[in-house]
Amino acid sequence: MTQQPVIRTRDLTKTFTRHKQTVDAVRGLDLEVADGELVAFLGPNGAGKSTTLRMLTTLIAPTSGTAEVAGHDVVTEQRAVRRALGYVGQGNAAGHTQRGVDELVSQARAHGMSRTASRTRAEELLAAFDLTEHAERPVSTLSGGQRRRLDVAIGLVHSPRILFLDEPSTGLDPQNRVNLQEQVMRLNRELGTTILLTTHYLEEADAIADRVVVIDHGVVIADDTATRLKSGLGDLVSLGFGSVAEAAAAAVRAERLAGATVEVTGSDVAVRVAHGRDLAAGLVADLAGAGTPVRRIEVVGATLDAVFLHLTGRSLRESNETTMTTTLDTEGAAA
Amino acid sequence: MSTLTTSRPTTVDDAASADPGFLADTWNVMVRELKPMLREPATVIIAMVQPLVFLALFSPLLPDDFAGDGSALQWFVPGIICMTALMGASMTGSNLMQEIMTGSHERLLVSPLSRSALLVGRALKEVVPMLLQAVIILAVVTPFSFDLHPVGVLLGAAVLALFSVGVGALSFALAIVAKDQDWLFWTLQQTLIFPVLLLAGVLLPLDGAPGWLSFLSDLNPLTYVVEAERALFAGSFPGDTVGYGFLGAALVAVVGLSVGLKAMRTSS
Repeated sequence: MTQQPVIRTRDLTKTFTRHKQTVDAVRGLDLEVADGELVAFLGPNGAGKSTTLRMLTTLIAPTSGTAEVAGHDVVTEQRAVRRALGYVGQGNAAGHTQRGVDELVSQARAHGMSRTASRTRAEELLAAFDLTEHAERPVSTLSGGQRRRLDVAIGLVHSPRILFLDEPSTGLDPQNRVNLQEQVMRLNRELGTTILLTTHYLEEADAIADRVVVIDHGVVIADDTATRLKSGLGDLVSLGFGSVAEAAAAAVRAERLAGATVEVTGSDVAVRVAHGRDLAAGLVADLAGAGTPVRRIEVVGATLDAVFLHLTGRSLRESNETTMTTTLDTEGAAA
Repeated sequence: MSTLTTSRPTTVDDAASADPGFLADTWNVMVRELKPMLREPATVIIAMVQPLVFLALFSPLLPDDFAGDGSALQWFVPGIICMTALMGASMTGSNLMQEIMTGSHERLLVSPLSRSALLVGRALKEVVPMLLQAVIILAVVTPFSFDLHPVGVLLGAAVLALFSVGVGALSFALAIVAKDQDWLFWTLQQTLIFPVLLLAGVLLPLDGAPGWLSFLSDLNPLTYVVEAERALFAGSFPGDTVGYGFLGAALVAVVGLSVGLKAMRTSS
């Protein structure tokens, strides 16, 4: 992996005006993605993920700030940007009245490939995505999973160096989701394609991305590997004691652990500490020796959800549900 | 799913993938638009339902002598062909609206195809169903009291082609503005289409119309198109009538394409 950034934004901002109200969808975003990285853009609905992607793919112009993709400015060099990137949007790339193979060929022709090269490429992609036998069917008759695979295939027609995927696995069943994630990872590992995908599935970001950029209310609130984001937060060790007094005494001892945050609720003590899973056994022994024996214990490794909760004060899952109405507004304005 | 690594060999480098240019892009868009129609030819019939109903149930009511010389059918058919062209081209935006809603329009916007090719290619496609529909109508009426004048019909088709491209482009502009609100598209399309048809004298001649009505009719480009079609389909070539018809159709094409292009540029 070279360190040359293939995606670079500087103070990227997008403001929508709707019903005389101003919505700051993206607020001063600075982002650099190096060649060959696989980055997940994680955040609740309406966080600004899709708006950012729509600016990077030339669909909408930034209100202020700049963005470059493959070294080309997204406003002044739109055509060069469009030639360089592959894009899989939230909707279906293939027209519903079309045949899959026709759409692949038309997309290849749009990228300047010859008639024969376009045909060959279409057949390769149909085979690679297990769609050969559905190539001649109207897209409207394909299943959700088949349609989504066709979307990705169309995005890959010109073997782009940079691929943007906007919520690629939304609406897929678990089986298809895993298949798609494997394809995305293989594309990144074997062909070195730089991939930026948005998701509100924590498991997805956790499973496939080298780097997770957490975005909320239009700003980046964390940017690191999933592992480091999680170990930065630490594991949660929940301990139960025989009495409130014992719990209070134990909490004082537990606070000696480096970097631990301790919270007491009645006779329960919650210790959030890096490598908590490794430290738990020693802590239990120490507390027993100090006369405050542990009666109950539960150790939970950090999850990205916990990281999100810690960063924003809200659970990502709750955010996705409660922000649905505001999202419709901002995303509607983006559309 | 099998591996993707097989897909590397045909990777396009920048040299191999030359910029196709406006004409190739436009052709690509037009062919893409025609594919579903070629695979499902029955879709051509949809825009013909109303015109055929008028032809079957309305034209028998016309007295044979009301249009001067020639049969009522000779007078009525060119108008019905114009009506079919207007119906088809004005509905075509609904296909774009569907593609806006399902996502394929967005994919095309992110592709290297230029905005002008996306609009012009779609609009030019309108010529094909228009011609097919005209052929079907002529095939239906020629065995009756309708005389076919091939040269006039060909010239008439050229006028209508211009007209259809312009109306199609306007319909796409409406689709882009309506976005995901079908009701807005259909309300406007239906509200506009009948006044335009009636004011052009497609169903009844406007000879005895009151002043305000003939004034509105004079403002309607379709009026001139229909008059030119009637002359041409009857095998006559009066310079002024045909010339105004061409001008009217060209005006619709120019206005339609510029409005359509403006809309396509704002489309996201």
